[in-house]
Amino acid sequence: MAKLHVSTTINGEPTEFLCEPYETMLDVLRDGLGLTGSKEGCGSGDCGACSITLDNRLVCSCLMLAAEAEGHEINTIEGMAKGENLQPLQQKFLEMAALQCGICTPGMLVAAKSLLEHNPNPTETEVRYWLAGNLCRCTGYDKIVRAVMDTAEEMRGAAQ
Amino acid sequence: MTDIQYVAPNTLDEAVGAFAAAGDDARVLAGGTDLLVQMRSGMVEPGLIVDIKQVAELTSVEETADGGFIVGAAVSGAVLEEHPRFGQVWPGVLEALNLIGSTQVQGRASAGGNLCNGSPAADSVPAMYAAGAIVTVQGPNGSRQMPVEEFPVGPGKTNLAPGEMLVSFTLPPRPPASSDAYLRMIPRTEMDIAVVGVGVSLTLEDGVCTAARVGLGAVAPTVLLVDAAAEALIGSTLDDAALDAAAAACSAACNPIDDKRGTIAYRTKVAGVLLKRTATIAADRAKGA
Amino acid sequence: MNEMSNKWIGQSTIRPDGAEKVTGRAEFAADTNMPGMIWGSVLRSPHAHARIVSIDTSKAEAHPGVKAVVTAQDIVDFPVDTPVPLGIQDMRWMCRNIMAREKVLFHGHPLAAVAATSEAIAAEACKLIEMEYEVLPWVIEIEDAIKPDAPILHEYLEHDGKPSNITGTLEHKLGDVEEGFAQADVIIERSFTTRPVHQGYIEPHACLVSVAADGKTTIWSSSQGQFMVRAMTAMLTDMPQSDIRAIPAEIGGGFGGKTIVYLEPVATMLSKKSGRPVKMVMSREDVMRASGPTSGSMSTVKIGATKDGQIVAAEGTFYLQAGALPGSPIRGAAGCGFAPYNIPNVHSVGIDVVSNRSKVAAYRAPGAPIGAFAVESVLDEVAEALNIDPLELRLRHAAREGTKAAHGPTYPLIGFVETIEAAIEHPHYKAPLGKHQGRGVASGFWFNAGGESSAQVNITEDGNVVVTTGHPDIGGSRAAIANVAAELLGIDYRRVSVLIGDTATVGYSNLTGGSRVLFASAMAVTDSAGQVITTLCERAAKIWDIDPDAVTWEDGEARPAGDNAGQFEPLSLADIAAQATQTGGPIGHGAQLNTTGAQGGFATHICDVEVDMDLGIVKVLRYTSFQDVGRAVHPAYVEGQMQGGVAQGIGWALNEEYIFDKDGHVDNPGFLDYRMPVCSDLPMLDAVMIEVPNPAHPQGVRGVGEVPLVPALAAIANAVHNALGLRFSSLPMSPPKVLAALEMPEAAE
Repeated sequence: MAKLHVSTTINGEPTEFLCEPYETMLDVLRDGLGLTGSKEGCGSGDCGACSITLDNRLVCSCLMLAAEAEGHEINTIEGMAKGENLQPLQQKFLEMAALQCGICTPGMLVAAKSLLEHNPNPTETEVRYWLAGNLCRCTGYDKIVRAVMDTAEEMRGAAQ
Repeated sequence: MTDIQYVAPNTLDEAVGAFAAAGDDARVLAGGTDLLVQMRSGMVEPGLIVDIKQVAELTSVEETADGGFIVGAAVSGAVLEEHPRFGQVWPGVLEALNLIGSTQVQGRASAGGNLCNGSPAADSVPAMYAAGAIVTVQGPNGSRQMPVEEFPVGPGKTNLAPGEMLVSFTLPPRPPASSDAYLRMIPRTEMDIAVVGVGVSLTLEDGVCTAARVGLGAVAPTVLLVDAAAEALIGSTLDDAALDAAAAACSAACNPIDDKRGTIAYRTKVAGVLLKRTATIAADRAKGA
Repeated sequence: MNEMSNKWIGQSTIRPDGAEKVTGRAEFAADTNMPGMIWGSVLRSPHAHARIVSIDTSKAEAHPGVKAVVTAQDIVDFPVDTPVPLGIQDMRWMCRNIMAREKVLFHGHPLAAVAATSEAIAAEACKLIEMEYEVLPWVIEIEDAIKPDAPILHEYLEHDGKPSNITGTLEHKLGDVEEGFAQADVIIERSFTTRPVHQGYIEPHACLVSVAADGKTTIWSSSQGQFMVRAMTAMLTDMPQSDIRAIPAEIGGGFGGKTIVYLEPVATMLSKKSGRPVKMVMSREDVMRASGPTSGSMSTVKIGATKDGQIVAAEGTFYLQAGALPGSPIRGAAGCGFAPYNIPNVHSVGIDVVSNRSKVAAYRAPGAPIGAFAVESVLDEVAEALNIDPLELRLRHAAREGTKAAHGPTYPLIGFVETIEAAIEHPHYKAPLGKHQGRGVASGFWFNAGGESSAQVNITEDGNVVVTTGHPDIGGSRAAIANVAAELLGIDYRRVSVLIGDTATVGYSNLTGGSRVLFASAMAVTDSAGQVITTLCERAAKIWDIDPDAVTWEDGEARPAGDNAGQFEPLSLADIAAQATQTGGPIGHGAQLNTTGAQGGFATHICDVEVDMDLGIVKVLRYTSFQDVGRAVHPAYVEGQMQGGVAQGIGWALNEEYIFDKDGHVDNPGFLDYRMPVCSDLPMLDAVMIEVPNPAHPQGVRGVGEVPLVPALAAIANAVHNALGLRFSSLPMSPPKVLAALEMPEAAE
């Protein structure tokens, strides 16, 4: 049985790959395309470590077939910084120690970025519920939530 | 797993054709939030995956001339949320669909998938029961409609005939002062499967409830439509006595199991507690509607 | 250390590995690949307890794409009659844990492993292995395992002269408890249970192993100790340690659960047999079924006090589940429970019990939260009976310098009293509470560890600094080490690069565990940096042609020690590095130490909860933890440890538990139904750091990582008691249990 040929856009780059019909987007990102920033913590959509955006919508790449990427636009953690310039959330996570082991961090950042695009002025509760699908076992979330709120405030300030 | 095929047809007829032709081996892929988990665990090994997200009827939200809605079976909660009117008319259906999983899952999971998965704990299903949704299915022999509560027949089982797939939900137009709500009990604040879920839809006239429907999830082999609870609400001002009677009706309707998510005693008690809370929210919304 | 300017110690600097972690570039074990790599998959037991009659791997071996099959025959067998200790582990049990031998002891126990050209083929081939079992009766819970007629897991392990599932005991005694209780006016005795909980690291166990034709082996893996990986793999595969290079990948959480091996020796044998690099990654289900967790427990605690509020005696018995093979953290439960208090008469007993569930692994202050849950719950009741404020009762009995602890030591300078005083003074303790809300307090202790650490400090040719240490960085330790090195050398922390060496590039370093990493590695770095500074001064002396004793190192420069030394322009690190070749060669020093002086850690917590009276849901509204952190070298990461420990405690107290089905299988082996706290479950977690520097450490460091979990279970249970008047002696306080107790108060027991 032949592999599927998929044409898609990943982090702004037109990308083609071959995949098995049963392979997930996460499998192809990590094993096929070498984009290992998306992590597999569970494979069942319960931890969020594999978060990416599909046409600017936040999804778990473990719950998406790679074949579904055809004609769509994928963004991963690898596309978040522009060259040497970290995205403001990335910088704030570093400054505020919003990561410890770092395994949830890529997914957390992708999810947080998606939040601020949808809602530039989230309340603490809105941040917490938006990120409820991103498990972190190290931080107790405190510094993550603070970093997201602080970044949102700074970005709003910069936008004015 | 290695002999699997994937198709993403562009029309409903093509989708139904491919699905029906493949027989028992085929699985429909909408949001994939159940299917991919089942494939990974080895629970299902499909021969053909029919991705229905290119099909217009399955992915659109249409407000009909009479004020009703037709929601494609593959429409995700996030897309439905972005509809300018749907959430105003059916806040309970919308909140139920958007309690499923995480933000990530809400970007993919659909009411159609939730219903077809056949879980008695599916969050959107009690809300759809309460809303009085009609489902449209299509198969090799054409299309048919049925009330949503006739769709599930047991855990993981639906009354879809071989080759049939779910196409859409039709929600009726709303009389004035009508609204709905959905609440579920989970141990955490997010990311759990409902231990109990209650959907209530009702209409008020001068403070009196003139119509109501109650859907109850996770307490029986299928989601239940609890007529006795609805009857207890209808004709009342949703006073304590009416709410107590409706709560008792919900508890009485329960036929739950003890499992890792809750006990029989707990589910039975909580069904009544949630009925009261849900009906109160629906009524408050109806007063504001 | 007070002489130092402390420019960097105490600053929340940016971690050296930070940019890689926020861009997805940091390399975790599962991110590592090699040319020619194949995949390993494990066949696991479908039974909770069975004798292995036969195992036939021939069909799997013949399956296309399969390159190697490994069973227990390929792993070194350490006979059960002779202990083979390695650290706190015993290789008799380790060899049986990584691959079942004689019997399968739990559902998910590895039986065989296959390496094949794809993950899917390896998994398919596992299904072709033909097993014949004699299924045996099984036992999961402690109360069942210690019954006289219980199925026995290990017939050769005896207690009281006969085969038993009780596989170890430990006892601490101080004074005479009988005499103590005789003086008591109030005696409270209660029994408690806790459920096993998993460490819950988000990164599953993973490794990549390459065995070359000459036997030289490279292991990339996720662990809390590359030297542990090397030692255990060497022993289990019968290789010399010098043939194994264990490279620590970035580690995605461990909390104690990655202080032992599961996959590395198996992957090593698969690689050796196949001649190919082999990658193995556990699924989440494998992690939940077959790694960790920490023990479930059954304990009884009795405390007696006089009516004027003096605690005169305390007694505790702590049964802990070891899982399928001996070795539960009874020392933590029996040793730490009473350790915060000055009580004249103490008797504390720990009992190790095996049953048919996965072998426990360390989890953040192993055993201590179990002990503290029981002791601190009873203390709360004693305070209530005596009508004394619960923090006041703790303050009156708080251990301080000179207090003799039942588990042995007489405490040096410790900051426990300060944590209680800070809690009493904190606005949280006086804040009003609403309806169905309650406040609880509790304290806790953890031993903290020293032990072996190595470090190397090298000056680069351009006058910057590379520090190599030997401990996987699990939560920001590189950042703290950069602060220490920058402080000592008097340079900007950004000029210090901190790396974790592998087993071939840095000296032996014990595990990342026991809250020991910064304590021990800062000592090794201090020693190394001190030698470097001496060398730098010597080089400056050479350049200036004066006596080395006449040179001092200040603010990152060599300076003449005084007017008598002569007048010279200071020489910077870069100046000296530039002339290193001419003045004696490369500049760098290392130290390999067995550190001592790690003093215990103490914490006091305040927790507010609200209970939904109709649904039984307990919500944590506010949480403040107070901890003696010694010296907060990197305050943000110290706070992070405190917050993370509390969050794990909230999970343990409220929702986390292993659920077994009627066949002895774990029924919730995933993040859906093993309910760890999600972001929306928690409030902000306030952390109050109290600095009582450890006099035995050059920077005053005290371990901070583990004690934050210790008081949490009791603080939450005491808060629920305060809200409801009901005392929960059984965790977790999950909604069905709470609602049942509200309807029928005896159900709380």
